[in-house]
Amino acid sequence: MKLIALIWKELLVILRDSRSRISITLPPVIQLFIFAFAATLDVKNATIGVLNRDNGEQAFELLQRFHGAPLFQEIVYLKGAEEIGPFLDEQKGLMIVSIDEQFSRNLDAKKPALVQLICDGRKSNTTQIISGYARQIIDQYNRDFTAKAGFKQQNAALIPRNWFNPNILYLWYNIPCLVGTLSMLTCLVVTSQSIAREREMGTFDQLLVSPLSLREILIGKTVPGILIGAGEGFLMWAAGTGLLGVPFTGSMALFSLSLIVFVAAISGIGLFISALSSTQQQAMLGTFVFMLPSVLLSGYATPIENMPTWLQPVTFLMPLRYMLIISKGLFLKALPYEVVLNQIWPMLLIAIFTLSMASLFFRRRLE
Amino acid sequence: MRPIPDSLLRMAALIRKESIQILRDPSAILIAVVLPVLLLFLYGTGVSLDLKHLRIGLVLEDTSPNAQSFAKSLVDSPYFNVKIVRDRRELLDDLDRGHIRGFVTVPSYFSEFRFREDAIAPIQVIGDGSEPNTANFVQYYVQGAFENWLQQEAISSDLTGLPLIKAEPRFWYNETLESRYFLLSGSLAIIMTLIGTLLTALVVSREWERGTMEGLISTPVGKWEIIGGKTIPYFVLGMISMAICVFVSTVIYGLPFRGSLLSLLLVSACFLLVSLETGLLISLLSKIQILSSQISIIIGFLPAYMLSGFLFEISSMPSWIQILTCFMPARYFVQCLQSLFLVGDVWPLLWKNIAVMLLISAILFVLISRNVTKRLD
Repeated sequence: MKLIALIWKELLVILRDSRSRISITLPPVIQLFIFAFAATLDVKNATIGVLNRDNGEQAFELLQRFHGAPLFQEIVYLKGAEEIGPFLDEQKGLMIVSIDEQFSRNLDAKKPALVQLICDGRKSNTTQIISGYARQIIDQYNRDFTAKAGFKQQNAALIPRNWFNPNILYLWYNIPCLVGTLSMLTCLVVTSQSIAREREMGTFDQLLVSPLSLREILIGKTVPGILIGAGEGFLMWAAGTGLLGVPFTGSMALFSLSLIVFVAAISGIGLFISALSSTQQQAMLGTFVFMLPSVLLSGYATPIENMPTWLQPVTFLMPLRYMLIISKGLFLKALPYEVVLNQIWPMLLIAIFTLSMASLFFRRRLE
Repeated sequence: MRPIPDSLLRMAALIRKESIQILRDPSAILIAVVLPVLLLFLYGTGVSLDLKHLRIGLVLEDTSPNAQSFAKSLVDSPYFNVKIVRDRRELLDDLDRGHIRGFVTVPSYFSEFRFREDAIAPIQVIGDGSEPNTANFVQYYVQGAFENWLQQEAISSDLTGLPLIKAEPRFWYNETLESRYFLLSGSLAIIMTLIGTLLTALVVSREWERGTMEGLISTPVGKWEIIGGKTIPYFVLGMISMAICVFVSTVIYGLPFRGSLLSLLLVSACFLLVSLETGLLISLLSKIQILSSQISIIIGFLPAYMLSGFLFEISSMPSWIQILTCFMPARYFVQCLQSLFLVGDVWPLLWKNIAVMLLISAILFVLISRNVTKRLD
């Protein structure tokens, strides 16, 4: 009963003040909508430059295919080689297709001809994708040209397909990832600030002299974080599947279970940070020190397998890593039970460890 | 000698007080040194878009020499780690678990079709769409290996269908295509946002929350002196931290620096100013720390990460988000930094970005001066 009163009080502290209520509910929803659309490594509407030093028919035909490609929004014609430097330097475009003056002549003579693709290495991921796309256009033109010229064809072809997300929509990738990342963020802010705030305001001592035991105080501080974090997760799940139309193929029961275990692990970490810090500012910084690596190394920003091998084991300590696998799997891949359970137990271990560490730390600090 | 005006003296005292407060808080070292170095480490080592060994599966339903030679070209490619099986069912579980990022199927009729006039021999490439970027690269890299194989085949079997046009991609400024180069230079913008916005967002709201603002109001300090006293120490802290970051990224991570130090100083000072002003404005408006920190993450840190164009290309975003990015100062700073480190002093680009940052800074300044009131309500 006392415990319920405490939990109720904690929830009231967070939800009573209209400003803090807004700060907890609104931001994740706004972020979900903005980042779901913004975080894309896809390339669209690119501007490229063309330097055509050849006035022949073949060069013109090849360039027409670039004009027809949906990826390129604008194609700027350069007047001479001296414009290449400034064009790329000032980021007027991402790539320059440069055709030399012998191009059509060489092709007509059935000799090899060269097309240069000069890319802006400042954005190497984007330009790699663009140059890959440009090569596909050129290859296709190649094939058509050799066929027209009566060359014998190689009859083999690739058939590219993508499973789980056939059109490679980043939205389908972002929503499952953001559900995990943003519920982590909210839960972390709520729990890490909770004790630090009471301590800074001096009300923590009042709590200690109340008839509540230390364990009850800790539970009272943990449960609201879990409730708010998980609530946030479900809210975003609903927004993602309902409003944004991302498919959810897996089991909802498994998703709920993993979300709650995940949020419990995070609130343990939040409490631990709170126990270490004596001011809200310190708690805030502690939150950051934990949050940055877990967001950046969890596999959301870039895949874990790209990291150096010695760093990869570090990601095993991050609850978000497991949650992202589960979330992506349950949204898109209908991940089977045993795979999900395999990802849940490490989170459970982390939750038990951090929650007991936090209580240990409080006890030591009080004595 | 003219006496120093009182307001300057008062501001100096405030600066001194704020500096002492920064230095006595152990979190100061955390912010100015530990966090930037941690972030640089994460971006320099942990975050990478370079796929070195893509794990893919290869289903060889056909074991003819023709299919074998294609298999060999995949296995020999430095980009892949290939697991070869006979039946695609052996790979489905691996794909679910993310152990492989895609697979290539050579069907049983491949070599038969290859020598028929009326058919084209297909090779199917399946990417794992739950990792879009990786799936794209699986497709592009298999495509590259496939084209190479076709060329070799053409040479060895005297086919004349050799492609005539050769596309030669070249990457300026970052010849070896290390994503860490642009990630590191862009991450400096995130670090500056963190220091500028997050820290200053807390300073005024802390005074309100602790009730020390009333004490400050009752003294003769003017509102400009409060603003100066609050921002100057953090400006200095930010610049020191920037210096540490530049040192670490160039000396330890070998990031090239091709611009001039003076322009770097100018650009960083402009951005830091905007960033501090943002923090101060948040702080003035919200008055409680938990709210200030939430807002500064939302309008400072996360946009610097997501909307600045340092990782995600702005031109690929929907147009309403592109408009939103125009209001993100980090966007302009990232462009300057990436150019200064990898290209050099590209003045037309720098001026444009500096001008926008100064404009944003002026707008923020007006907003701040309207919101600084020495009143209690």
